[in-house]
Amino acid sequence: MSALSLKKGASRKSAYDLKSPLSDVLETHTIAVLVDNEAGVLARVIGLFSGRGYNIDSLTVAEVDHTGHLSRITIVTTGTPAVIQQIKAQLARIVPVHDVHDLTVEGPSVERELAMLKVGGSGEKRVEAMRLAEIFRASVVDTTLESFVFEITGAPDKIDAFVDLMRPLGLIEIARTGVAAISRGVKAQT
Amino acid sequence: MTRQMTGAQMVVQALKDQGVDTVFGYPGGAVLPIYDEIFKQNDIRHILVRHEQGATHAAEGYARSTGKPGVVLVTSGPGATNAVTGMTDALMDSIPMIVLSGQVPTFMIGTDGFQEADTVGITRPCSKHNWLVKDTDKLAQTIHQAFHVATSGRPGPVLVDIPKDVQFATGTYKPPSKTLTGHYNPQVKGDIAAITELVEAMETAERPVFYTGGGVINSGVAASQLLRELVAGTGFPITSTLMGLGAYPASGDNWLGMLGMHGTYEANLAMHDCDLMINIGARFDDRITGRIDAFSPKSRKAHIDIDASSINKVIHVDIPILGDVGHVLEDLLKIWKSRGRKTNAAGLKKWWSTIETWRAKDCLSYKNTDKLIKPQYAMQRLEALTKGYDRYIATEVGQHQMWAAQFLGFEDPNRWMTSGGLGTMGYGVPASIGAQVAHPDALVINVAGDASFLMNMQEMGTATQFRLPVKQFILNNERLGMVRQWQELLHGERYSHSWSEALPDFVKLAEAFGAKGIYCDNPADLDDAIMEMINHDGPVIFDCVVEKHENCFPMIPSGKPHNEMLLGEASTAGAIETGGAVLV
Repeated sequence: MSALSLKKGASRKSAYDLKSPLSDVLETHTIAVLVDNEAGVLARVIGLFSGRGYNIDSLTVAEVDHTGHLSRITIVTTGTPAVIQQIKAQLARIVPVHDVHDLTVEGPSVERELAMLKVGGSGEKRVEAMRLAEIFRASVVDTTLESFVFEITGAPDKIDAFVDLMRPLGLIEIARTGVAAISRGVKAQT
Repeated sequence: MTRQMTGAQMVVQALKDQGVDTVFGYPGGAVLPIYDEIFKQNDIRHILVRHEQGATHAAEGYARSTGKPGVVLVTSGPGATNAVTGMTDALMDSIPMIVLSGQVPTFMIGTDGFQEADTVGITRPCSKHNWLVKDTDKLAQTIHQAFHVATSGRPGPVLVDIPKDVQFATGTYKPPSKTLTGHYNPQVKGDIAAITELVEAMETAERPVFYTGGGVINSGVAASQLLRELVAGTGFPITSTLMGLGAYPASGDNWLGMLGMHGTYEANLAMHDCDLMINIGARFDDRITGRIDAFSPKSRKAHIDIDASSINKVIHVDIPILGDVGHVLEDLLKIWKSRGRKTNAAGLKKWWSTIETWRAKDCLSYKNTDKLIKPQYAMQRLEALTKGYDRYIATEVGQHQMWAAQFLGFEDPNRWMTSGGLGTMGYGVPASIGAQVAHPDALVINVAGDASFLMNMQEMGTATQFRLPVKQFILNNERLGMVRQWQELLHGERYSHSWSEALPDFVKLAEAFGAKGIYCDNPADLDDAIMEMINHDGPVIFDCVVEKHENCFPMIPSGKPHNEMLLGEASTAGAIETGGAVLV
C-alpha cells in the first residue's frame, strides 16, 4: 500500500505529516510540560483541562531540577488534532510554563509507568501468579503466606496486560503512577 | 537601590516606581497597613469606590482610556470575591489590570479566619496569573513581575495576595529592574515568511476584507495609525468587532461599520462573500462568526494575534501570524511597499460596487416618530450633539450597547469602553468613572439601560465625592430590552421577568446622590435636554424614556450564517430554529 493512500491521521510515525488539522479522529498524545515549581502550578494545569473540557488520561508530576525549581508534568490526553493543538497552545501561555513538548510527534520517545499490585490467594493460583510475574519481569516487594505485592514497570499497555492476567488470580488492589515519558537520543528537550 | 522598609511601604513604593498615579480601592481589615501608607503620601491618588466590583470596572475604564494598566486595592475575603467579576471581564477583553488584595496573616491561612477566602484559588481561572506572597523580601519583585505579566503579550488581569503580617514585616525593597526577571516574554515580531505570504495574497485578492478587533487598540496608538495607513494604501474595506471600534475612524472612506450579531448588513455580507479575510487582533468570537460551518466559506483567512491559543481555536486559518499587531503591521506595510504596493484594482472595483449595493439597504434605518423617543433617534442626537467634544463613551450591556455601537462614531482608539466578551451588566457606571478620573476635562458619557444602570449605581456616590462629571445617559424602556427581544423571538412572547417593575425615579435618585437629574420623554425636547446634560458641570443622570418594544436590528439569529440576517421590520416568527435555540 502506498503511503499516500493511507487514511489521514492513520500513521503517527510517518516521515510526512498526513494528518488534516480538521480531522475528527481522536488521537492520544503524551505531552511533557516543564514548569516553575511554584505553589498552584499543578492546579493551573488541571484547571485548564477541567475548565475547557479536555481529557486527562494520565498525569504525573515531580520536581526534576531542585536548584532551578523546575518540575516536569507528563500528561497523556486524547482529542482531535485541533483539540491537541489547542491544549498545547493553552498550556504554553500559562505564565510559569517554560516549555511544552508533544512527545508523540517530536520523534521517538520512551514511556514508562510503575504499578504495584496486591494479589491474594493460595495453592495453584499463587504459583501461577508468581510464574506470570516472572514472565512480565515484575518483582515481589512484599509477601505474606496469602499475598504478594508485585512491582512492575513498563509501557502502560504492558501493565494493563499484567493487570488483566492477575485479576482471576486474586487481584486485591492496584496502585499506578501514571506515565513518565522522555525522548530517545542524546538531545534534551528543554 | 535596595532599601529596608515594611511590606506596606513596599506596595506604595512599587506602585510609584511603576508610574502608577491612581488606585481604585476599598479598605478593610487585611489591607489597613497599606491604607496607612497611602494616607502618608500624595503621589498616588486613591479613588474610594462604593463596591469592589466598581473598583475593577473603574480600573478597566481607566486602562482602556489611557492604555496604562488599571490598579485595584481590595481587602481579603469579600473584598477579593467582589473583584472576581471585574477580573473575569478584564480577562475576556484583555485589559491590563493589577489587583492587590489583603489576606489574613500567613499563620492564619487555612483556619477559616475572619474574612479569609482562598483568593488565589478563586481567582486562578479569572486571572492571567496570580501570586500569594508569604515573604516580605519577595513582595517588591512580585509586584514588579505582576506589572510585567499584566501588560506584556496579551494583556490581562493579575492578582497579588498579600497577608497582613507580610505588610507589617520589614524586608528589602528592590526597584524594578530593566532586565527581565523570570522567563515570561511573549514574542512580538511576526514571522516574515508568513507576513510575506499574506502580502502575496493581498496583491491578488479580488474580494478582501480587514476584520479588526481589540488587539489593535491594545497594541497602542501606533498600531491604529499603521492600520489606517494600510487601509488607505490598499483601499480594502474594513470592519471591526465591538472591542475594536475606533482603531479605524467611523468617518473613514473604507469603513463598513461593526460586524457580528448586530453588525451592519454590508459588513457581515462582506465577511461572508470575501475571498481574503485578514483578521487583525480579533478572535473569531461566536458573536462574530454565527454558524461556524457556514462562516465565510469561500475565503482564505489570515489571522494576526499575539496569543497562539487564539489562532485555530474556533476557525481554521490558512495564514497564521503570531505577533503583536503593531509590529506585524509595520513589517507588513514595509514588505507590501517594497514589492510595489500592488493590489488587484479591477477586482477591488467590482468588490466595492457589490458592497455599495449592500450599503444601499441602509440596514440601520428605523421607523421614527414624533410621539415618543426611539432609542436609535436618541443615539443619533447624542452623536450629533457630542461628536465635537473630547468625548469618551462607556456602555452597559444590552440593546442600548448595540445601538451605541451602531450609531455613535468613533474616530480614535481608546475612546470606547464596553464589556464585550463577558457582557457584564453594571460595567458602564464604574467604567465611566475610571475614564473620567484619567481624563478630568473630557466629556465622559455612559450609555446605559435602566436595568444595567441599577447594577452598580452606588458608584454615583464615587462620582459625586471626587467631582467626576460623568453623564449617565439611560435609554429607559422599563425592560431588560435584549432579554425581552430574545423572549419575543425564541420563547413565544412570554416575557418572563424582563419587565423592570418598580424602577426608581431617576431624577430623584440623581438628586439623592448629589447629582443632577434630567427627564425627557419627548423627541422635540431631546436636543435641549442633551445640551443641558453636556453643559452641566457635574455628574448627571439622564432618564431618556424611549419606545418600550423596539428591537435591535440588524440581527443574525443564533445558529444562522452571516447571509441570513434579519433586518428591521422583518418578520421574526421562527427566526431562531431549534438548533439555534440552545445557543446564547
